[in-house]
Amino acid sequence: MLRDALLLQLGYNATLVAVGATLLGISAGVTGTFLFLRKRALVSDAISHATLPGICLAFLLMVALGGDGRSLPGLLAGSALSAWIGLLCLNWLTRNTRLAEDAAIGAVLSVFFGFGIVLLTVIQTLGAGRQAGLEGFLLGSTAGMLWADALVIALGGAATLALILLIRRPMTLVAFDPEYAAARGVPVHRVDLAMMGLVMAVTVVGLKIVGLILIVALLIIPPVTARFWTERSDRVVLLSGLTGGLAGYLGAAISASAPNLPTGPIIVLVAFAFFALSLLVAPGRGVLAALLRHFRFQRRVHLRQGLLALAQGQPIFEQLTLRLLRRADLVRADGVATDAGRARAAKALRDETRWQIVRADQTHEAAAALYDGLRDIETVLTRDQIAEIDSRIGGPQEVPA
Amino acid sequence: MIELAVREGIRLSDESITDSPLAVRGLTVSYGQKPAVFSVDMTVQPGAMTAIIGPNGAGKSTLLKAALGIVKPLSGQVTVFGRPLEEQRARIAYVPQRASVDWDFPTRVIDVVLMGLYRELGLLGRLSARHKARALDSLARVGMHDFANRQIGQLSGGQQQRVFLARALAQEADLYLLDEPFAGVDAATEKAIISVLKSLKKAGRTVVVVHHDLATVTDYFDHVFLINTRRVAEGPVAEAFTADHLQAAYGGRLATAQVDQLARVLG
Repeated sequence: MLRDALLLQLGYNATLVAVGATLLGISAGVTGTFLFLRKRALVSDAISHATLPGICLAFLLMVALGGDGRSLPGLLAGSALSAWIGLLCLNWLTRNTRLAEDAAIGAVLSVFFGFGIVLLTVIQTLGAGRQAGLEGFLLGSTAGMLWADALVIALGGAATLALILLIRRPMTLVAFDPEYAAARGVPVHRVDLAMMGLVMAVTVVGLKIVGLILIVALLIIPPVTARFWTERSDRVVLLSGLTGGLAGYLGAAISASAPNLPTGPIIVLVAFAFFALSLLVAPGRGVLAALLRHFRFQRRVHLRQGLLALAQGQPIFEQLTLRLLRRADLVRADGVATDAGRARAAKALRDETRWQIVRADQTHEAAAALYDGLRDIETVLTRDQIAEIDSRIGGPQEVPA
Repeated sequence: MIELAVREGIRLSDESITDSPLAVRGLTVSYGQKPAVFSVDMTVQPGAMTAIIGPNGAGKSTLLKAALGIVKPLSGQVTVFGRPLEEQRARIAYVPQRASVDWDFPTRVIDVVLMGLYRELGLLGRLSARHKARALDSLARVGMHDFANRQIGQLSGGQQQRVFLARALAQEADLYLLDEPFAGVDAATEKAIISVLKSLKKAGRTVVVVHHDLATVTDYFDHVFLINTRRVAEGPVAEAFTADHLQAAYGGRLATAQVDQLARVLG
């Protein structure tokens, strides 16, 4: 069943949802990255909750004009309008009052959402139109998704991506160093507004699939997941789009493979699975890698200290050090150094002296920055450079035999 | 009205403004109700190295930021090489305080320097080998060539400062404005930065530095601008960097020992 779903063999609706969710995941992941780099990820939460009153008002307006109130473009236009108003409120509060951004987010989010819920309740008691569908926007509802709905999502997502491609440089610059950006004439405030506008577009486009409460997950989880794997912002953007798209696709497929599995929440859970996996196994910033690095580092420190102690004829009391030296055949069971041990010890001591010179010499700055007391000097300097340093140290007489 | 016209008239005929790489007139900036900079005039000399000095909270950095339009002034005007600031952005290179950014940002040293070329590149222009070569060349000038591919989070404070300077150098600007470039950096970095700044001066560029170390002013700079919310003095070091002016700028905030030491430096 899941295999059929993954191969888009589960019928028209499931295929539409899967394609739509993939596109949404990509654009949310890419857009969310800039929000994350600007350290304003939570603004998306305020924006998404601020869509609700707009949806309800658009519905009421369309019903009042004689429609059935279910036209998706109409509802989305309403949601975009109220999200934009919420965003302007948020910006005004942070710029013109002493309110910090987190407090302003809390205020805007709760007031707009509360107002939306009131309107939703009013609509339900009114009994006008076919109101049954509106709650679907809270958590997304893909059951009745139409070709036109998918088209709206595809076009919205594509437009968002095109805009991001266009303003990625100013957005990166503003995220990293807003003061420098301003000094260069980048309109920082307008770039921020454009970024928020893009987030709003993604939110509105995603209402049908994941709903307004969970869209924030698709904007935030992919970038933080991607951040585990790379140290370059352009790659964070790409990886985040990839993660988001994959989560959208897999989530939609899984939810289609069994009855009563809600699409939006499943997509979010899949995205979280990617996050958890990255948190654990990512090579640079992952938890396991850090743990492994720590243990390996500890052993190198012990080994190095042991060698230096051997070279200077000092006794070694640390059990771990002795065990490591013995295991490497550098000392015998009785604690006396082997030939190999003496050679390595002499080398370690000489490297210490070499490093001292490297670190005192500004021309070797890049190499000196890598000094950790452990690294073999051959890994950072060429043979010629080492020979030059050795000539400064003087003959081998300084290395005890 | 007449008064205003006369004032403006005087300003337009003020030749120092048209020559000056950076001229500030009547600049007032305030955070809330308290002015950080009040009605300041400043005329930077072309091809000179100018230090902006004054006590903590005297508005040194604010003056620089307002001159660049980073903070919005309450009043006043700024001209750059005799033209409005907005027309001259390309000729200005700014080096912010290094503490103003997050150094855990996912980017490499070379990428930061390339940011200095974004304006030239435009929105969609391709980064060419020529641009990369320019960025590497700028890094070499501050002794950071070998760091190009390192993540910025691995740099020491002094190295961060030199990367910021390299980004400004990549712009190939005419006017360089630096905010406390020597704050909390090692001696090697200070030497590297000052030698780069002196080479800029030799090439006819103008350098303005917000500076806090009074002991090095006479060695490093040829002009000073003393500020304590208001302008205290401005001119060549020999004329403006005097014990009287320092007393006026710092008030009781200079320790007696510092004053004695300066007196010896100043003769």
